[in-house]
Amino acid sequence: MTDMIDVKPVVADYESLIKPDKVHTSLYSHPEIFEEELDKIFNNTWVWVGHESEVPDVGSYKTAMIGRHSVIVSRDRKKNIHVLLNRCRHRAATVCEGKKGKTKSFMCPYHGWGYSLDGALRAVPKPEEYEGVFEKSELPLVSLRFETYQGLIFATFKEDLEPLEDFLGGAKKWIDLFIKQGGGYPLKVLGDHRFRFPGNWKIQLENTTDAYHFPIVHKSFVSSVDDQTAEVFDFLDGEGHVEDLGNGHSVMVMIPELVDLDNDLEAAIPERFQALADELAAEGHSDLEVRRMVRAVGGSGFNLNLFPNVACSMAFFRTLVPISVNETEIHHVALGGEGAPSGFNQMRMRLHEHFQGPMGFGTPDDAEAWERVQKGSQAGSDEWILLNRGQSKLTTSPDGNVSGAVCSETGMRAAYQQWKKMMTV
Amino acid sequence: MTDLNLLNQVTAFINTEADMLDFDEYQAWLNLWTDNGVYVVPIDPNETDFANTLNFAYDKADMRKLRVARLESGEAVSTQTTDKTVRAMSRFRILDSNDTHVTVRCAMNLSECRHGNLRSYPADVTYTLLKADNEFRIEEKVIRLQNSDAYLSSIGYIL
Repeated sequence: MTDMIDVKPVVADYESLIKPDKVHTSLYSHPEIFEEELDKIFNNTWVWVGHESEVPDVGSYKTAMIGRHSVIVSRDRKKNIHVLLNRCRHRAATVCEGKKGKTKSFMCPYHGWGYSLDGALRAVPKPEEYEGVFEKSELPLVSLRFETYQGLIFATFKEDLEPLEDFLGGAKKWIDLFIKQGGGYPLKVLGDHRFRFPGNWKIQLENTTDAYHFPIVHKSFVSSVDDQTAEVFDFLDGEGHVEDLGNGHSVMVMIPELVDLDNDLEAAIPERFQALADELAAEGHSDLEVRRMVRAVGGSGFNLNLFPNVACSMAFFRTLVPISVNETEIHHVALGGEGAPSGFNQMRMRLHEHFQGPMGFGTPDDAEAWERVQKGSQAGSDEWILLNRGQSKLTTSPDGNVSGAVCSETGMRAAYQQWKKMMTV
Repeated sequence: MTDLNLLNQVTAFINTEADMLDFDEYQAWLNLWTDNGVYVVPIDPNETDFANTLNFAYDKADMRKLRVARLESGEAVSTQTTDKTVRAMSRFRILDSNDTHVTVRCAMNLSECRHGNLRSYPADVTYTLLKADNEFRIEEKVIRLQNSDAYLSSIGYIL
């Protein structure tokens, strides 16, 4: 019999919790591990906070979370983007509530300190008592370092972190492919579905690179689509693969023919999109424009999992917010084309509603499985989560990366190796 | 002056609809709709252009049928773990009425029990009903959940 792992000392010994083929069950349920994750991972890497289309105009803002830190993503009068800590420099009250909106400034509700869109402290009521104490220029909202790639905004608390593009590395090629689904128009966020499930954030992180569950958990979704579409989603025996892209990122190609949406524009229009094609043609769009939109409307044929909190998942962004060791908030961010015909964006939203979100035909079944994982993982004190699927059949991808079958657990192994690297620093 | 007779009629209709959903009479529920009827659960409670915005659900006839088929097939694990819903409809008010349609707003207090956990989803619900041959048909049902703009838990049933 193996020795029982004493949970207490284990917290400092993350090496022993992550094996090449399995991770220890305490990663889902140990509160001290969760607290260390917030610090060692979420405070020390690039965390996705939004897409540029979410703050399109002067005065646009959205709120986001980096671990437990509430931040504001804003666009100032010069159209520059800022990522600001959402706390007044005086007594810490949040200066911005709500998901998104437009404003001229951020006002603290407690003592009325006012900040401009770039975070500068502009107004302090009854300033005379601060004479000789501080200058307003000394106390702007704390500004975070951020960088963007193809419109995706990532921020970090770590000033000396490698550039975003180096961190994304092999994932950049897949982001370039993903953004093609605007159908010839710039990618635009159309809204998001938000829900929580009673389970650890890594259960969701794994799911985006888990093709194995699809025909089981999503049987009812597959039953709800036409035969042609069901065939497209029957990808476990297909030519797809999962590739380790480094830094915890991975890509799972489920539908190889939908990797590059610029290709195969001459292909036959799928039956379920024929009415859309007819509508777009009747509006006067050229045959090529129609074909480009129809090809893009269902999204890309892959899930790109970016460690630690976002995925470019077929047709949407999936982002996760760790709430506690056993609670996670998920946003399914719907995407469309900026300035695209309303029929195209409507179809994008209807397809999103069909599968995603708390009332979709897919997500509630995922959430049920994840909840059961969290509950089941409490049983036993020294059990492991297996990640060894496809481990004996690995190959090297054309890009030189470790690659496995589409339903292998290659992507999860990649994520947990990054987890170990960050937690053992 | 409120038309109490009409108020009684719509109240009876909406209570029956709620009872059908609580007691799994989904085929009968499908028959309550007009062919062009739309079932909507918006995210933004102030939204009115549902076709051009993202909703939690935006079901025309075909999607309603599919949603019912999903519930009845037993294929979806999430539909098997909510033991029971109980919805109480109240605060009925007729917003508009003419020869062909009546628009009614009411409150819904829905409770679900999933894995032994009781959770409630209060909502404002607005019905647009077609008056047809001494009965009503639903042309539009909009369910504005009180927490729609924050976050939900997964909902495997029909609200």
